[in-house]
Amino acid sequence: MTRLSRFNVVSLTFGFAFLYLPILLIMVYSFNESRLVTVWGGFSAKWYGALFADERFLNAAWVTLYVAFCSATIATVLGTMAAYALVRGGRFRGRTLFSGMIYAPLVMPEVITGLSLLLLFIAIGLDRGGFTIILAHATFCMCYVSVVVSSRLTTFDRSLEEAALDLGATGWQAFRLVTLPIIAPAVLSGWLLGFTLSLDDLVIASFVTGPGATTLPMRIFSEVRLGVSPKINALSTILIALVAIGVITASLATKRKSG
Amino acid sequence: MIRKPYLFPPYIWLILLFLTPFAIVFKVSLSDLAIAQPPYTPTLDLTEGWAGVRAMFEGFDFENYVWLFSGSWGSWDVASFVPIWVFDDALYYNAYTSSLKIAAITTIIALAVGYPMAYAIARAPRHLRPLLIMLIIIPFWSSFLIRVYAWIGILSNEGFLNMVLGWLGLPELRIINTNTAVYIGMVYVYLPFMILPIYAALDRMDGSLLEAAQDLGCSKIEAFWRITWPLSRPGVIAGCFLVFIPVIGEFIVPSLLGGSDTLMIGKTLYEEFYNNRDWPVASAVAVILLFVLIIPIVLFQRHQLKQQEAQL
Repeated sequence: MTRLSRFNVVSLTFGFAFLYLPILLIMVYSFNESRLVTVWGGFSAKWYGALFADERFLNAAWVTLYVAFCSATIATVLGTMAAYALVRGGRFRGRTLFSGMIYAPLVMPEVITGLSLLLLFIAIGLDRGGFTIILAHATFCMCYVSVVVSSRLTTFDRSLEEAALDLGATGWQAFRLVTLPIIAPAVLSGWLLGFTLSLDDLVIASFVTGPGATTLPMRIFSEVRLGVSPKINALSTILIALVAIGVITASLATKRKSG
Repeated sequence: MIRKPYLFPPYIWLILLFLTPFAIVFKVSLSDLAIAQPPYTPTLDLTEGWAGVRAMFEGFDFENYVWLFSGSWGSWDVASFVPIWVFDDALYYNAYTSSLKIAAITTIIALAVGYPMAYAIARAPRHLRPLLIMLIIIPFWSSFLIRVYAWIGILSNEGFLNMVLGWLGLPELRIINTNTAVYIGMVYVYLPFMILPIYAALDRMDGSLLEAAQDLGCSKIEAFWRITWPLSRPGVIAGCFLVFIPVIGEFIVPSLLGGSDTLMIGKTLYEEFYNNRDWPVASAVAVILLFVLIIPIVLFQRHQLKQQEAQL
């Protein structure tokens, strides 16, 4: 059990090669002086310079971060409420509809979510832009947040809340002083999940956006439709490095806490 | 409801931004294309009160749905739609079946690649497992778009793969803009969804069962098929659904790696909406896509519920 058989070593080697080779190639080529994949023109950081000199990318990055921050925050507040209602709310009218609406967006194809929200925004005459992207992202992110938070709430020792209520706390005090500190890690990971999903979304954002609000994925998509772009290689390298740092930090943090 | 103030905001939010939009999609799918803003008719005119509502319902019909499946539904106003329908009578029908086929094949390949990986991770020394799982999760958290884009540089005609083949003296391959490229991209981005649930099932498995089987004279391969495989099946089923369901409606992979002959419903819907600006038909395509998805989603839900009950 402690040593891997040859078959297992082979499948892991090939599997991880398949997962990482494309990413590593992008990273290597982002330092390629030449524009062509087939030519190695020498080591150069010029595409990074070109990327940071390109205003369109900087604007798009700013819009994306702003949208992701706002929608993750709204989604976390609403998603935590929804999780609390589902796990602690007991019976209420329309419970089936409510839980259906929480789980449906998780499996909904993005094209449908995007199309339906666009038709709504047009029907009520809302000006499209960053604000409508935030509304759209908050809607599907809150469902992810509520799944993460409700899985924490179900494993939570309910007698702690009951003790607080017996000792004279109001419902809100019991939530703020007992429940919230315990579920805080789940709320935080819900926020991070929402933030990442919002950063990553192309399809829904391109449906509901308006003039002036171009997010980074939309910028990347319009660039790479025409083929390989060295600037996008540089941008990809930065983004993948950030994610890797984030995942490693998060796993070290949870390790320290549990160990 | 008054005693549960926390219920109101998410409930109202979801009704306004999830349920209402679907009602509108359904409504538009029953309308006709019009040269107007918004480009469909009838629209709801509330200034006329009840008569306006009735006029809207009288204008509804299922034409768009009939067209989706026959294309040349012959009657007086087909002529004005000829530019859209002339390409291929069964364009939409083919897009649905081709999406289902691509999703099924992707699921099978992802299972064939993902199962051995999940198995190897579950059998790895305990201190290595968190590292290996982290290596599966890092691509999962990085940008979907960038991971698809990475394959353009590899698979394109002047790309990395053909360069390597050239060094080896092998003939060049034309993969980009074909369904092969779509399969590669789909398996690549959805592989973690397959590996993680299978790993979770294998990790829970009691290793002494295998030892007992081998003590009782079972060969290793037989022990796998009689013990490991059945115990990992809930993870396999969950992984298959988690790959199959999102692949059906996928847009990014077919539009970046696929060619003009790659038919997938997500891409068709997007193009119908943006290139042809036919909102009623795009809405009808969306409604049918939902109906197609309901079957696997309900099956998946029932599977998950059964698993939860089994664990209690």
